[in-house]
Amino acid sequence: MYVSVKGGEKAINNAHSWLSEIRRGDVNIAELNIKQISEQLTLSVDRVMSEGSLYDKDLSALAIKQSRGDLIEAIFLMRAYRTTLPRIGSSKPIKTSKMLCLRRISATFKDIPGKQKLGPTFDYTHRLLDFKLLADGEYEKAKIEKYDDKEIPHVLSFLNKEGLIQKEIPSGRTSKDITRNPINFPLTRSERLQSLSRGDEGFLLGLAYSTQRGYARNHAFVGELRTGYVEVQFEIPELGIEINIADVMFTECESVNQFKGSKKIPAQFTRGYGLVFGQLERKAISMALVDRSMRWREFGEEYLGVAAQDEEFVISHCDNIQATGFLEHIKLPHYVDFQAELDLVRKIREEYKKNEQRT
Amino acid sequence: MQNKSRKQWLSYLATADENYLISLWDNLNMKIEYNWLREPEIGSVMVQGKAGATGDNFNVGEITITRCSLNLDKKIQGHGYVQGRNKYKSKIAALCDALMQTEKKEIIKRNIIDKLIKYKNNKRNEILSKTEATKVDFFTLVRGEDK
Repeated sequence: MYVSVKGGEKAINNAHSWLSEIRRGDVNIAELNIKQISEQLTLSVDRVMSEGSLYDKDLSALAIKQSRGDLIEAIFLMRAYRTTLPRIGSSKPIKTSKMLCLRRISATFKDIPGKQKLGPTFDYTHRLLDFKLLADGEYEKAKIEKYDDKEIPHVLSFLNKEGLIQKEIPSGRTSKDITRNPINFPLTRSERLQSLSRGDEGFLLGLAYSTQRGYARNHAFVGELRTGYVEVQFEIPELGIEINIADVMFTECESVNQFKGSKKIPAQFTRGYGLVFGQLERKAISMALVDRSMRWREFGEEYLGVAAQDEEFVISHCDNIQATGFLEHIKLPHYVDFQAELDLVRKIREEYKKNEQRT
Repeated sequence: MQNKSRKQWLSYLATADENYLISLWDNLNMKIEYNWLREPEIGSVMVQGKAGATGDNFNVGEITITRCSLNLDKKIQGHGYVQGRNKYKSKIAALCDALMQTEKKEIIKRNIIDKLIKYKNNKRNEILSKTEATKVDFFTLVRGEDK
């Protein structure tokens, strides 16, 4: 029997009023505006766009403000908004080799065409709290230097020439959109990459770390990491003309992994791939490592039964909105379910008592 | 009309900084008669990537887009497909697209399109010159035991 329970409306309304007030905080302190968030908390904004799977800085900043800085709640808001948008179409595949790079590094080759460029990075900072930021609005200005505006080729394309690394050749299979079609295991790599790109950074980081520690050991190098703007090309349906409809920031990571060869393939390096919205290199690297570990079947590697190799485990649990939806729903009223369990336990205990008295 | 130049102006209009485009348009103070074919609507476009940059296509995520279409008369249509959710930006883009097909072409080109090109080039130069300043120059230290 299903019993519906009513009530609590006033409590809910009043709880939301208090939420509104507490979100505002001390009214003697200036209110945050959306532009302040999108300009100064850029990496939070990027994370919400990436895991919310929608590139729109203002919306992301609004979601962060509305959620009091709870990023998973903000991602939830972005996902919910995303579902209300009519899909106008699909872009042409982006060309990351034509990226306007803010940063481009390789941990495998020192001297590369286009050179190593650090960009605005936390790397090599001392991780000491900077109390100057507490005191005043002073900041250092970026330095500038003369440049050559040349396309920066992908580092792994050099290894490609020698045949030392597995090539990425299109299989010709069309990729299903996992947000519009139910997923069926085993997945194509394209479907896995879509899930990973919108997956939870923390979850992917943990899994990637597990592969480094020896669970499906795949000693990975960062062949290349780049962050910058890429032109998104889209064909206007009315005109049949392809235009640069948007400029979007991406971080791309290509990992290079040791591979001793198998019955199918001679010894060569293999690769994993990470591509995410925004400047999120921890996530891009994690994605590349987890992508690689899930490719064991393709390379004829042994299945070691570890989490990072198990696509059903990884893909079913990497989405933080699915996860939090199911996890957090257990705090909502379950009175009836629990009442039934309570009755059952009481009944069992009574029977147990009766049996004990008999013996 | 050449598709190549239309492709170019539509691209600069689509990716323009919305505040900048709006200020350029408002400064022109043009009164244009038009009819809606499609009023501005917000939607999304799914962005595709390639596995390993060269392999199979996959869906990365969506971007917000606003589009509208209008005509000045029966012959001339303008389409405003722009990045983001600004309906006014989309309308300006459609009007500019339409006007670029009329005798007002020069005014729009000089006062809007050329300025958008310059704005974007400046942004690009700024990024490239800052990135260049963070280029690593390696040098090797001569170690004692090699002597």
